[in-house]
Amino acid sequence: MRAVRLNPCPSVVEDLHSIYPALELRGIEKRFGAVHANRGVSMSVAAGSIHGLIGENGAGKSTLMNIVYGFHQPDAGEILVNGKRVTLPAPHAAIAAGIGMVHQHFMLVENFSVLENVVLGAEGGRRLAGGLAAARAALEKLGRDYGLEVPLDAVVSELPVGLQQRVEILKALYRGAEILILDEPTAVLTPQETTQFFQMLARLREQGKAVILVTHKLREIMSITDRVTVMRQGAVVGEIATKETTMRELAEKMVGRAVLLKVEKGPAQPGEVLLEAKNLVVRNTNNVTRVKDVSFSLRAGEIVGIAGVAGNGQSELLEALAGMTAPSEGEIRFRGRYLVREQLDPKARRRLGLAHVPEDRLRVGVVARFSAQLNAILGYHDRAAYNRGPLLDRAAIVAGCEAKMQEFDVRPPNPALRLGAFSGGNQQKLVLAREIDADPAVLLVGQPTRGVDIGAIEFIHRRLVALRDAGKAVLLVSVELDEILGLADRILVMNGGEIVGEVAGAAATEEKLGLMMAGVRGEGSA
Amino acid sequence: METYTLIVLTLAATIRVATPLLLAALAGMFSERSGVIDLGLEGKMLGAAFAAAAVSAVTGSAWLGLAAGVGTALLLGLLLGFACITHRGNQVVAAMAINIMVAGLGPTLALAWFNLGGQTPQLDGPGQRFAGLVWPWAQQAREAPVPGLLYAELLSGHNLIVYVALALVPLSAWVLYRTRFGLRLRAVGENPLAVDTAGISVNGLRYQAVLISGLLCGVAGTYLSTAASAGFVRDMTAGKGYLALAALIFGKWKPWPTLGACLLFAFTDALATRLQGVELPLVGVVPVQFILALPYALTVLLLAGFVGKAVAPKAIGVPYSKDK
Repeated sequence: MRAVRLNPCPSVVEDLHSIYPALELRGIEKRFGAVHANRGVSMSVAAGSIHGLIGENGAGKSTLMNIVYGFHQPDAGEILVNGKRVTLPAPHAAIAAGIGMVHQHFMLVENFSVLENVVLGAEGGRRLAGGLAAARAALEKLGRDYGLEVPLDAVVSELPVGLQQRVEILKALYRGAEILILDEPTAVLTPQETTQFFQMLARLREQGKAVILVTHKLREIMSITDRVTVMRQGAVVGEIATKETTMRELAEKMVGRAVLLKVEKGPAQPGEVLLEAKNLVVRNTNNVTRVKDVSFSLRAGEIVGIAGVAGNGQSELLEALAGMTAPSEGEIRFRGRYLVREQLDPKARRRLGLAHVPEDRLRVGVVARFSAQLNAILGYHDRAAYNRGPLLDRAAIVAGCEAKMQEFDVRPPNPALRLGAFSGGNQQKLVLAREIDADPAVLLVGQPTRGVDIGAIEFIHRRLVALRDAGKAVLLVSVELDEILGLADRILVMNGGEIVGEVAGAAATEEKLGLMMAGVRGEGSA
Repeated sequence: METYTLIVLTLAATIRVATPLLLAALAGMFSERSGVIDLGLEGKMLGAAFAAAAVSAVTGSAWLGLAAGVGTALLLGLLLGFACITHRGNQVVAAMAINIMVAGLGPTLALAWFNLGGQTPQLDGPGQRFAGLVWPWAQQAREAPVPGLLYAELLSGHNLIVYVALALVPLSAWVLYRTRFGLRLRAVGENPLAVDTAGISVNGLRYQAVLISGLLCGVAGTYLSTAASAGFVRDMTAGKGYLALAALIFGKWKPWPTLGACLLFAFTDALATRLQGVELPLVGVVPVQFILALPYALTVLLLAGFVGKAVAPKAIGVPYSKDK
């Protein structure tokens, strides 16, 4: 059985730390075919510190961390742990070198208990019984030492994500990790949970662990890290002490040019009610109620944001509004029509002027293998403009796509290119272009900037505000609080399938929303 | 008394019919728990049945036949693994290819070697088959009416493979739930990425699982040609591999419920044999075709949702690759 180091002797640890960094990377190179994912990346992480790693999507952060975890092999370069050169042909070598990683998508076996998940790969013998008993004792101690208590016999799928994340961290610590890599750890947490999480990270730092925090949230970098490494297009473009930098400087380094972090917009001028949901109840295929008695209205000329931790019914609400699923109770009124009673499908709703940019772009928004020009007409392909008799009018389709690409700055502006070959941001811009081009009265948008880089985020946000200013209504569902706070004129907060409160955009703060997202009822339920 | 004898004999037949099903279903359990769909049960069994009968016919030893049967099924399992694990091929297509290949290859080789119209010679020499093991005092017990018959017919008199198959149920349960290998096997069928990041080889585990499946299929096939009957005939598995797969799903990929499912299927089969030509009250004589279809009709009914939702291992059928 691998040694489980709980209390390394402090003096020895300090001595080691003073001489060598816990982890050092020198000139890491990695290519995947034509993609140059890492270009001569060097960085150095001290023990007893929290080191931030930021960069846009595709900047090469994940590749780099997967190399450190032995998941991928570098083409060139060296990895040193405590000053000693190591080769990491597979994760087990990284684990043996004291490296642990918590992936963005948890690596947990969902129908296993917490205990089984933790011991998987470190069972301590051919028969389970002895190993499980030893692990239980060790985990209880780890839980107390780091504030990481988790019910060990609970089945993982029944735990909230915050606790699942603890299981991942416990897995790494149980294997004796001294270097802990956390990939976008706060994506699934409420602001309050994030605060707790950071307290736990601080405790790990006190214990002499080296923590690498991979994130795209500048605010988190500023609030918790000691040093930060910025990556762009596979290369390191800066390594700075956090104290000596600002959010603006980091953002500019990430993108390579000046960026606006906040959307500029004037006050909203709400007009008539365009969309009205009344007592909506949505159940999933297992008959579990996901949306409970939700009512709200959406007026012309306003952006209404729906905030909430992922998985609290926002997705289901959005799908019901768009017509992808039928609510089991309630009614949706849109421009004098009854969408539920009339059983209008998404196509009919689009025709009435209710457009939808779905949350999961690749699953329901586009066909990645189709060309951009075909994706640009999906859902509108039967409109007269794109047809000539029974045939599709190719020339019109190409011209239409070119116009959309130009207006929405889609790069490269090549209608014939396979959609999957575009970056996430450009895919999303094309989807947005498609839906806005149809001149809808109401636009439903789910996670408009998921997997989208900062430059494109800025563009997408400006377009949404422009749509509002043109007298349309926008319903924005997002788990990114910054996005909701920056865009929404009114904010509805969902928790456990219910709207637990409504806040005016101007009066909203992260703390206030965070409490409501955790289920604390806010002022005047909608 | 007459009815009682009939019931005991039907139950004894149930156990004999259930044996190859159970072996194949357990084989499938190991494979599918690791995430590899085991549609090749049929082909592996058939291949083993042929190899066992052929070798036993030539050497005169059922044990050498067993070795050949197991060896053949292992090789076919490795072939499937090479296609589906190493090269990430489609598991259903690869398995069907093996099934079709074996269905043709067995009779062809038999024709070439023995020239008996695609069969192997009748196994009637001493030691060419796995004979029934008669338990102590079974003959005497037969005289004592009620428990005696039970002892003599139901418990005693089956061949070794039958007892081995039954013993494999608790053994499989123990391996699956009480050992390191079992934990990893269950994990790799649910979330191979979790296994990989825990520092364990996904492909290594899946190969082990496929080999265990080959081993058990080999025993099942050997049983068909050298224990249940006396030689190999064309298509002698007759869909038992698929039926075993159905039993596995019905048993929710768990050893004990799978045993139950196998016994149920085998019981309808045994019952069907008994019912042939028997006049039933009200309905009269039921046509043979209808009775023979009974186990399959039952399968469809049961799998069509009579037993609640069967949740398959989550990663089943998906070739593993690090880059999704």
